[in-house]
Amino acid sequence: MTLSITRTSTRHRGVPGDTDRRQGAEGPLEPSVLTVRGQESESARRPARRFLCIGAAAAVALLIGACAPGDDGDDADATGAPTAGDVATDPSELGDVTLTVWDQEVREGQTEQIEALNAAFEEAYPNITIERVSRSTDDLRTTLRLALSGEDAPDVVQANNGRPEMGQYVASGLLTPLDGYAEGYGWFDRFPESVRALASYSEDGANFGEGDLYGLPQMGEIVGLYYNKTKLAALGLEPPETTEDFEAALQAAQAAGEVPIQFGNSEPWAGIHEFGFVQNQFSDAETIRNLGFGRPGSSWTSDDNVAAAQATRDWVDAGYFVDGFNGVSYDSAWQAFAQGTGVFFVGGTWLVADLTSAMGDEVGFVLPPVGASGQHLVTGGISIPWAIPANSDAKEAAAAYIDFITSSDAMTAVTEAGNLPVIEADQQTTTGLQSEVFAAWAQAGQEDLIVPYLDYATETFYDTITVAVQNLMAGQSDPQQFLDTLEAEYTAATGS
Amino acid sequence: MAAPLAPAGRRAPDSLRTHRSAVVRGGRPGEPRRVAYLYILPALLVFGLFVLVPLVRTAQFSLYEWNGLGASTWAGLSNYRDLFTEPQLRGAFVHALVLVVFYAVIPVLLGLLLAAAMSRAVLRGMGFFRVVLFLPQVIPMVVVAIAWRQIYEPNGPLNDTLRFVGLDSLARPWLGDYTWALPSVGIVGTWVGTGLCLVLFLAGMSRIPRELYEAARLDGAGALREFRAITLPSLRGELAVALTLTVIAALKTFDLVYVMTSGGPGTETTVPSYQVYNNAFLLGRVGIATALAVVLTLVVFVATVLINRVGERGQR
Repeated sequence: MTLSITRTSTRHRGVPGDTDRRQGAEGPLEPSVLTVRGQESESARRPARRFLCIGAAAAVALLIGACAPGDDGDDADATGAPTAGDVATDPSELGDVTLTVWDQEVREGQTEQIEALNAAFEEAYPNITIERVSRSTDDLRTTLRLALSGEDAPDVVQANNGRPEMGQYVASGLLTPLDGYAEGYGWFDRFPESVRALASYSEDGANFGEGDLYGLPQMGEIVGLYYNKTKLAALGLEPPETTEDFEAALQAAQAAGEVPIQFGNSEPWAGIHEFGFVQNQFSDAETIRNLGFGRPGSSWTSDDNVAAAQATRDWVDAGYFVDGFNGVSYDSAWQAFAQGTGVFFVGGTWLVADLTSAMGDEVGFVLPPVGASGQHLVTGGISIPWAIPANSDAKEAAAAYIDFITSSDAMTAVTEAGNLPVIEADQQTTTGLQSEVFAAWAQAGQEDLIVPYLDYATETFYDTITVAVQNLMAGQSDPQQFLDTLEAEYTAATGS
Repeated sequence: MAAPLAPAGRRAPDSLRTHRSAVVRGGRPGEPRRVAYLYILPALLVFGLFVLVPLVRTAQFSLYEWNGLGASTWAGLSNYRDLFTEPQLRGAFVHALVLVVFYAVIPVLLGLLLAAAMSRAVLRGMGFFRVVLFLPQVIPMVVVAIAWRQIYEPNGPLNDTLRFVGLDSLARPWLGDYTWALPSVGIVGTWVGTGLCLVLFLAGMSRIPRELYEAARLDGAGALREFRAITLPSLRGELAVALTLTVIAALKTFDLVYVMTSGGPGTETTVPSYQVYNNAFLLGRVGIATALAVVLTLVVFVATVLINRVGERGQR
């Protein structure tokens, strides 16, 4: 760069006096903004060319010197995986460690349980200090990418287990496979295969649901149907068992002047849950699992999916969803439901603590009704699992932490804070809404009813399906266009 | 003269002059000297490190297919081709153009109108009105966005007001409506931009000699004629500044869209900056994102140059 400066400097010579003349011409009353700009644009014209030369020279130098993006530092995973023998399972012997933990446990019950567990962990192992960084789900998702690929990565992170996140991280070697720790800590016995599969990938990240374990969840999650007990009783109805019951209830609620379904889709991920709730009533488990996990063998345009999309549209057209749902935020929606607007609300079990404290005994929870699918299929799985970045410098302490927050005691703490623990739910004592949720979760586990979130499918499916559902429910696209959009991305990704 | 080399402005020559005799041997007075580069070196280093290097790296990334995490593959210009073939990305630029109308054209027109009105009448509490109209400029955009999101809520103040006055049919979920979401975002931009334009124009008008207006009136010119013959030509410089600032603000809008709509409903309010963010951090398509950023930079650059060309032509 210095070279090009000296060379270009000899080329351009200013005309003596020309700046002075210009200054004299300027009116004294000119506003300051204009003066600065006006002078710059004129006097900067010639140097501008010079700067362009320098810039161009610098650009060329950088382009030649710089390597392709992502070339540096991808050797991280080589050091990552521990083997069963060398895992130290006593964290008190690790010396002084600062453990940086990035979580998204920001809702009422979530913060409560993780703060309690963090305090208990630090008390049990005074040599380990936890540095907690807590962000909303969306914020964590966007900052995690840079954090994981950096040298100074956090030690424990919550990484969404779908392909758009965990799948990509695994493929890039940014997460530590946990199998070695799992053997050391006995996680294979603690967590059933069905739970572990939801956080397992092949080493290249291509296959979801098999291969190495990359994370452990604390909570279970299902997206079921919350209902307002008082309002449903006033309509003289029971919680819906079948799709027919449900439609009848919607009709009755509407006739009584109630909002049948409370819904907010301005953060469009809620649409994934809403459509999933409908699809679960029409399509069979195998189809939804293939589509959700991005495995070949099914089709978005099959008759049952067409029926699901058509039903969604029909319900919108019938006015069963709250007015203007595309302009309502998710939080406004469940809060409105909690305050008594809406008979039903399709929502996940992460709302149990919030809804219990807002509604007490007035709220109930059931699995989605049974339609053509013949089962109470329910979207869900595990809460966002805890994983260890490959660039962490305190992996053993990180594994000890994950072990601690998924232990039996931790599951009790999770329950006490009003959440649904992913394992040992049957051993907890619960009342009210929580016990209904636990019963639904138990039934879902026993009858194998859980189907995956639809955005797991491909790396960009989140974007595709959120936009598609908004378009479908706003009447911007018909069911066929909706399904064609999804089918196109599904087939492109699975090659089927 | 050394002035062209020293961006510090019109005082620079004086301070340089004291050094001249000590530093320069030979060389005619007023000739650029290499030593001047020493003075701008610190600034140049900072500029290079934080502007040039990232710019060049961005341009370089745009030639690769990269998910931001692992290895990358050379993609040539295919990312740029995608910008024109993917309807969602193309749409973002169309939306940006619509926003230019709301962010730049309307505020400038409104600003002119208000300034012309305010400068003709002697208004009590002028300072107060100026402050109130300028206030939106001072509030952080995120705060503005959150406030307006509340206003636009299906049961928010705007719809309540409409229903109160009996215009129920006009009430709608503004930010969730496929037709109205983009104009709703745009109107916030208008609200923010108008104050800036107004203050600029008022400053410009205060500098127009009163005699010109007197002369015009003696010649029998009406208010409109005065405006067209005197005010407008005198404000050419301010118009250029106002348009430059507002057009840039329109083209690089991010905060309003991010907070108010996340690009929805569907993709009705996506803008280039939002797509850069979305592709880079959510979708893991860094190549596309950087290509988009490069094109956006070029568009802003060209727009600025054009506006200034037009603005300067009248001043000479």
